[in-house]
Amino acid sequence: MTPTPSPGTRAPQDPPARSPWSALAAAGRGGTATVALLLALVFVVIATQNPSFFEGPPLMAFAKKAAPLVILAIGQYLVIVSGEFDLSVGSLVGAQVVVAARLIDGEESNTLPVIGLMLAFGLVVGLVNGLVTTLLRVPSIITTLGTMLILFGAVRYWTGGAPTGALSESFRVPGRGGIEGVPLLGQIPWALVVALVLAVAAVLLMRSPWGRTLVATGDNDLAAAFSGVRVWRVRTLAFVGSSLLATVAAVLIGGFAGVTAQVGEGLEFTAITAVVLGGVVLGGGRGTVLAAVLGALTVEALFTLFNQLYLPSTIQPSVQGLIIIAAVAYAARRGGLRLPERPRRRPDHPAEPELGTSRR
Amino acid sequence: MTRLPSLLPRGPVPRPGTTGLVYLALAVLLALGAALVAARGGSLFTTATTVDLFTRSSLLGFLAIGQTLVILCRSLDLSVGYVAALSTVVAATTMAGDPSRILLGVGAALGLAGLIGLVNGLVVTGLRVNPFIATLGTGLVIKGYLDTNFQGPAGSVPAAFQALGYTRIGVLPVSTLVMLGAAVAAVVFLRRTRMGYHMYAVGGDAEVARLSGIRAGVPTVTAHVLCSVAAGTAGLLLAARFGTGSATVYGNGYELEAIAAVVLGGTYLLGGRGGVAGTLAGVFILATLDTVFNVLGVDPFVKDVLRGVIVIAAVAVYARGQHSRAAVRVRFPPGGAPPPAPGPDSGTGPAAPAQPLGGSR
Repeated sequence: MTPTPSPGTRAPQDPPARSPWSALAAAGRGGTATVALLLALVFVVIATQNPSFFEGPPLMAFAKKAAPLVILAIGQYLVIVSGEFDLSVGSLVGAQVVVAARLIDGEESNTLPVIGLMLAFGLVVGLVNGLVTTLLRVPSIITTLGTMLILFGAVRYWTGGAPTGALSESFRVPGRGGIEGVPLLGQIPWALVVALVLAVAAVLLMRSPWGRTLVATGDNDLAAAFSGVRVWRVRTLAFVGSSLLATVAAVLIGGFAGVTAQVGEGLEFTAITAVVLGGVVLGGGRGTVLAAVLGALTVEALFTLFNQLYLPSTIQPSVQGLIIIAAVAYAARRGGLRLPERPRRRPDHPAEPELGTSRR
Repeated sequence: MTRLPSLLPRGPVPRPGTTGLVYLALAVLLALGAALVAARGGSLFTTATTVDLFTRSSLLGFLAIGQTLVILCRSLDLSVGYVAALSTVVAATTMAGDPSRILLGVGAALGLAGLIGLVNGLVVTGLRVNPFIATLGTGLVIKGYLDTNFQGPAGSVPAAFQALGYTRIGVLPVSTLVMLGAAVAAVVFLRRTRMGYHMYAVGGDAEVARLSGIRAGVPTVTAHVLCSVAAGTAGLLLAARFGTGSATVYGNGYELEAIAAVVLGGTYLLGGRGGVAGTLAGVFILATLDTVFNVLGVDPFVKDVLRGVIVIAAVAVYARGQHSRAAVRVRFPPGGAPPPAPGPDSGTGPAAPAQPLGGSR
């Protein structure tokens, strides 16, 4: 992106001065600028199709609809950047909404205790995911696939196959309601407020020592372990964060869309799509949380665009599939993915005799 | 299953102990299931239930055998369910009830499946897209196509082809025999051909394989093509059973079940270790579970729960036994010293001890 003055030796990532340009270039290397550009592009296309989109109320409606995915993407980011996957979030969202409907059963007074219970439930699911993955050393795909099956089956068994009960009105406020009577915008949805707060918190978290540790763990857990990181604890906390954020998303989705048997279906893959679209590298260690948030917004904006173009909703998966392949291929081409190079092992090195001798 | 261990002096599968363990687990499960069913006053081994068990295993078998090849190459295929669904539709609409077009339909379905596998493989190796994303992407593309164009059953399959789904010899359905034949072929392929060895090499360490003169992309692409063709065959089987093309079978979660069977069978999810023989046992374990649950009348949702628990537990047991790199990485003593040599007392018997850090890669 930036022209390098010396043609021969390119010092990799060595900004001589903290100029805005080098900061921008650094952001571009992280993929944030790319996805921001993509998002702007999609918005421009939407605006040409529907000029009133940016007039306030439609934009706020978009924000309300996109907020759950943004929150899920933040959670998925925490797990992916630490080098793992969380496939259980879609199932968890579905389970939480169905459980909430059954326990609240239309009673206003039950709302807050049930939300507390949901958070506790999310905490337990995250702990199970994290501890099974780290301490029992089960690959996270299998762990979260297992919890996905367990949650799916358990909730349906409990409710007899179809969701029962109803959500209370106050439960639905965060997903539906907002600050009314704002000039120009009409209504600022609570969902937007929640998503914004969580996004800012996530950005701050990733700048904190714990966030740095998380990225370091995802980049190279061996090196992280040698530097004194308790890898299992960091990763388990990432899973807990993902499950808790999925719970928050479940509250918003339940409020916004109500209770159905299909709620949450396929959300894990949409969340992964969003994160990957933000240039976050599967396998961990690369990418920013801001890019994941922008990725979620881009995915949601694309779905909005398809609606405006009157494309059949059934075609959405196809486009989603093409996008993620293209996004990851693009990231790989730019060298975002680690090349299959590894430090060469030196068999004559005195410090590592076991490595050489045990080859069969 | 014959595993031909004595024919080769030193096969690329370093852990025969795991496969033995899986078959032991299968035997224990069968005995346990039979006892449970007998306690309810029934029998697990009536003709009907045995046929049911084999029928279940044949479909999952094709998917899992293909998945094994892909996983051995340190890749993954999440598109198999969608490929199978596409294959049912293509076969049924091409045949259109005309017995003379059976070969054409089979060819079209398998050809298209192979093409999808080729795309998967090239995207994974050529564009260096993470296999999880690449195959999820192609799967979603197929899903969009199917959802848009096929709302209900499409086409029809002639009676002669439907016979594939129902004919049986004794208690063994023909489809299961074909699946077992494919499994034997896959075992021979992995143990006896250069390409099979290359798959283990690439899965173990792509860079070392490359330095040894293997073009690392070729085995991976081959594995993806074979996996998709196997998924296409599973789709043909579905079409034969249903008598029509049904686009919505992708919703049954076949890809995840196939991965579960592979992992249950002791194949290492990060490639390079395992084999089809273990996978076959994994398939029969899952099929036995389903059959036993069915005979006992267990709620289908409880079935999902138990399946999830069993898969996690099984993989956790393997993870304790195999001293994988991942295992070594997580567990570090606080002093920063190299991890203590894994003791031979911790699990899988004869295969475990000779595998410290370097030997496994």
